[in-house]
Amino acid sequence: MTGWVGRPITRFEDDALLRGAGHFTADLPAEAYLRFVRSPVAAGIIDGCIAPDGVMMITDTDLASVPPIKPIIRKFGYVPIAQPVLARGVVRYTGEPVAAVIGQTEEQAEDFADLVSLNITPAPVCVTAEAAMAPGAPVIHPGMADNIVVQTALTTPGYESANAKAAHRVVTKIRSHRQAALPMETRAAHAAFDAATGRVTLTCTAQMPHLMHRAITAMLGMAADELRVIAPDFGQKMSLAAEYVVLVWAALRLRTSIAWVEDRRDNLMASFHARDIAIEVEGAFDNEGRFLALRGDITANVGAYAPYPNTAAVEPLMSFTELPGPYDIGEYSCAARGVITNTCCSAPYRGVARPAITLAMERLLDMAAMQLGMEPAEIRRRNLIRIFPHTTPTGLVYDNAAYVETMEMALLAADVPGFRARQHAARARGVYLGLGMSSFCERTGYGSAAFAARGMDIQPGWEHVDMTLDGDGVVTARIGASPHGQGLRTTLAQIIADAVGVVPANVRVVHGDTDHTPFGWGTFASRSLVISGGASLIAARKIRERLLQQAASYLEAADADIDLRDGYASVTGTDRRVSIAVLAQVHGGFADDGFYDPLGTFSNATHIAMVAVDIETCMVRVERFIVAEDAGRLINPMIVDGQIHGGVAQGIANALLEEVIYDETGNILTISLADFLAPTAHEIPAMTILHRETIADATMTGAKGLGEGGTIGAPAAVLNAINDALAPLKVTINEMPATPARLHAALRGTK
Amino acid sequence: MKLHVNGRDYDIAVEARRTLADALRKDCGLTGTHIGCEHGVCGACTVIMDGAAVRACLIFAVQAEGAVIRTVEGLAAGGLHVIQQEFVAHHGLQCGFCTPGFLMLAVAAREAEPDLTDAEILDVLSANLCRCTGYQNIVKAVSASARRMRET
Repeated sequence: MTGWVGRPITRFEDDALLRGAGHFTADLPAEAYLRFVRSPVAAGIIDGCIAPDGVMMITDTDLASVPPIKPIIRKFGYVPIAQPVLARGVVRYTGEPVAAVIGQTEEQAEDFADLVSLNITPAPVCVTAEAAMAPGAPVIHPGMADNIVVQTALTTPGYESANAKAAHRVVTKIRSHRQAALPMETRAAHAAFDAATGRVTLTCTAQMPHLMHRAITAMLGMAADELRVIAPDFGQKMSLAAEYVVLVWAALRLRTSIAWVEDRRDNLMASFHARDIAIEVEGAFDNEGRFLALRGDITANVGAYAPYPNTAAVEPLMSFTELPGPYDIGEYSCAARGVITNTCCSAPYRGVARPAITLAMERLLDMAAMQLGMEPAEIRRRNLIRIFPHTTPTGLVYDNAAYVETMEMALLAADVPGFRARQHAARARGVYLGLGMSSFCERTGYGSAAFAARGMDIQPGWEHVDMTLDGDGVVTARIGASPHGQGLRTTLAQIIADAVGVVPANVRVVHGDTDHTPFGWGTFASRSLVISGGASLIAARKIRERLLQQAASYLEAADADIDLRDGYASVTGTDRRVSIAVLAQVHGGFADDGFYDPLGTFSNATHIAMVAVDIETCMVRVERFIVAEDAGRLINPMIVDGQIHGGVAQGIANALLEEVIYDETGNILTISLADFLAPTAHEIPAMTILHRETIADATMTGAKGLGEGGTIGAPAAVLNAINDALAPLKVTINEMPATPARLHAALRGTK
Repeated sequence: MKLHVNGRDYDIAVEARRTLADALRKDCGLTGTHIGCEHGVCGACTVIMDGAAVRACLIFAVQAEGAVIRTVEGLAAGGLHVIQQEFVAHHGLQCGFCTPGFLMLAVAAREAEPDLTDAEILDVLSANLCRCTGYQNIVKAVSASARRMRET
C-alpha cells in the first residue's frame, strides 16, 4: 500500500489565503506608524538632521548604546564591516536609513519624513567594483584601504602541468548585473509593547525568526523572554533588517505598538540586492573536449554593508567553492574577491551566486563545443560527473546522482534534431531561433559543518522539531524552520503522517513563532524540506515506536503484527483495530523530538530554453522551456513543480529583464516597477518538467533540496539560446540581463 | 462617507487623499486586498468596482462612493467559489500575497466575457504580477474555472 509521501495532495495553506484571511504583517493595526528618512546621496558626511518642532524623530544619537550590525567570518582575510542601525555621521549608499519619524498614521509619518531637513555634504563615490579597486579610490570603510572585504585563491598542485597539456583553451567573461529579489510582499514590521509583561512582540517578514530574536535581544540588551518574534513571510528576508531593530527599540521606548510597511520604492532602493558579479573563466581541454583544468577569476560587488548572518563574503566565496558545478574539471585555479561599493547591501537571493557561475560554465562549454566542432550536448556528456561520491577540488563531496541521465531526459524531450530543422528553415526566412542548455548541481540541505567550514561566527545548520500526539489523534509538530509559501505545512504533514500512521489532515505544523517553536534556523539554502523534514521524521519515528508498543499491548498482539495507518492501529490479517486517538488517550499522549544536522546533498538539473530573437526590435521571446531535474524522492510532486515554475520564471527574468541600475553618482534609477521589469504571464512560456528520483543516501527522507534550482539554471539556458540564435551573425552576448539595449549594441555593425 | 463593499455599507471618515486600497484595509478592516506597489503595476490590490477590475491603489476612496465594490472576502459564499477551488486544485498560489488580486482580476474578466479563450485569459492575467508561481498554474486554474463555469 502506498503512503502519503509522493502524492500531489492539495495544500493546507490554501484555504485561508484564498479567502483573503492569510496573515500578513502589514495587516496588523498599530497605535503609531514609523517612516525612515533615507539618504538621497550615495556617499557623504551628515551635517545635520533636523525635524520640525513636535515631530518625534529617532537618530543615531538616540541609539548610541545600540551596537552596529557586524557579522563575522574568521577566514579568507575577511574584514568585518559595521553597519550602524541608523547612519552614524556618514552615509554609504543611496537609501541608507538616517532617521526615523513617527506619526499616528502612515500618511502622517510620510508627511513628517518629508519635513525633515537632512543636510549631507556629498563625498566621492565608488559605484562599481572596478572603481572601488582602482588605485586612489575613496576608502568606504575605515581600515579597508583597497575596499576588498574578502579574498581567497586556490591553485591545485597539478594545475600548471594539466593546463600546459591543453589542446584547446577557451576563455570567456560573463557579467551578471545587479538584481533584486522583488518579493510581492515588501518588508514590514510591527512591534507591540505589552505593559502587563513588559514584553515586545515583533511581527515581521523574516525567514529566520529565531535568529532575528537572538540578534535583536542582544543588540538592545533585552532578556530572551522580553521579545517574541512572529514571522509570516515571503522572500528576500533572510538577513537582519536594521529597520526591525529600530522598530523594537521604538516600541520599548514608547511603550506602544508601532508599525512600518516598506513601500516599493524603499524596497527596490534599500532592501537587499544581489548578483552583481563578474567572472572570467578559462577552460583547458584535450582533443576530445575533456576538461583538463579550469581557471576562474571572480569579482563580486557586495555593496556598502554586510548582511547578517551571512556576511559580505557569501557571494564571492560560494562562487569560488562551487564554480566547477556538475563537471569533472580536473585541476582548478581560482581567485575570488568581494568588493565594497557605495551601493545597497548585497544579500542571499534565491540561487545565491549560482546563476552567475552557471552562466560562466555553460557559456564556456558552448564556446568550447563550437571551437571543437562538437554539439553542446556532446561536450557536456564527456564532462559531466558519472561516478559518485565525487570530491571537488574545493573539497565538496557530491552524493549519488545521475547527471548524464538527467541531461539525456531533457534532450529527448527537446527533440533537438527537430528543432535544428526548424531553426534552419527559419533562418532562411530571416527568423532567428535558438536552443540553449545548461546543466548544474545545487548544494542543498547542508548542516552546521558547511557553515563552520566558512569560518562563520554564527553557524546555522541543524533543525529541531518538537512533536506531540494528543488524545484527539492529532500530531502537532513545532518546527524551528520557518516556511513562507513553499507549502512546508503540507509536505511535512505527509512525511509525519506516514511515519506515525495518521492522515495528513490530522498533522498540525506550528512555525514562525519564537514563543511556540524550538530554536531553529529558518528558510534558506534549499534546506527546509531536507533538514526540517529529517528532524520531523526522526521525531515521528520515535512516537511510532512507542505507539506500536502501546497498540501491541492494547490489542494483545506482537509489535511486529501492528500496522499503523491513517489514524488506526490494526493487527495485520485480522479485523482487530483501535484508533490512534484512543491509544494516545490511554497513554496520556505522546511527546518526543527530533534533531537533524546533515552534511548536505546535491540535486541537479538540465534546463533547455528555446528562444526567438527579433533582430530588428532586439526582443527575445522564450518559446519553450524544459526542465529535467533530480531532487531525490519527491514528497509532493505538485509542490515540487510549483517551486520549479517560480524559480525558472525568476531565472528568465534575470536573463532578460530585471536589472538594478545606478548612475555614476550612485543614484539608483530603478525604484519603480516601471523601471525594474518583472515578467508577466506573457513573458513566461509554458514549461515541461521531467523528474528523476535518485533517492538520496545522504538525507533522512531521501529528498534533496530544490527550491532554488529553477533560478540557477534558467539564465544560462536562455543566454546560450540567444547565442545559438545569433551564431550566424557572429554575435555573442555574455551579460545578463540580455536586454534589448545590450542586444542592439551587440548587433550593431553586423547587419 | 459610505463605501458599499461585498453587499454591506461601511460608514467611514477618510482624508481625501486616502486610496481605496487603504480605506478597504484600514477603515473597513478588509485586509484581504493587498498592496504591492502603490503605483498601479503589480495588481495585488485589484478589486471589482461596478463590474470592472480596478487597481484600488490608483483610486481614492472618495471616488468609490456609491459604487458597488467587491473584494476577495466576498468571493466565497460559504464554500469556496469555483475559481478558488481551481486555484487549490492547480496549485495556483504559493505565498498567497498576489492571489486576491488575481482572483478578482479573473472573476471580473470572466463575468464580463463568459467565453474567454485561453489566449484571452493569458492577456487578462498579464495585468498582474506573481513572484512565486511563474504563472503556470494560475493560467491553468483560471482556464479550468472558465471551462467549469461555462458548463454549469
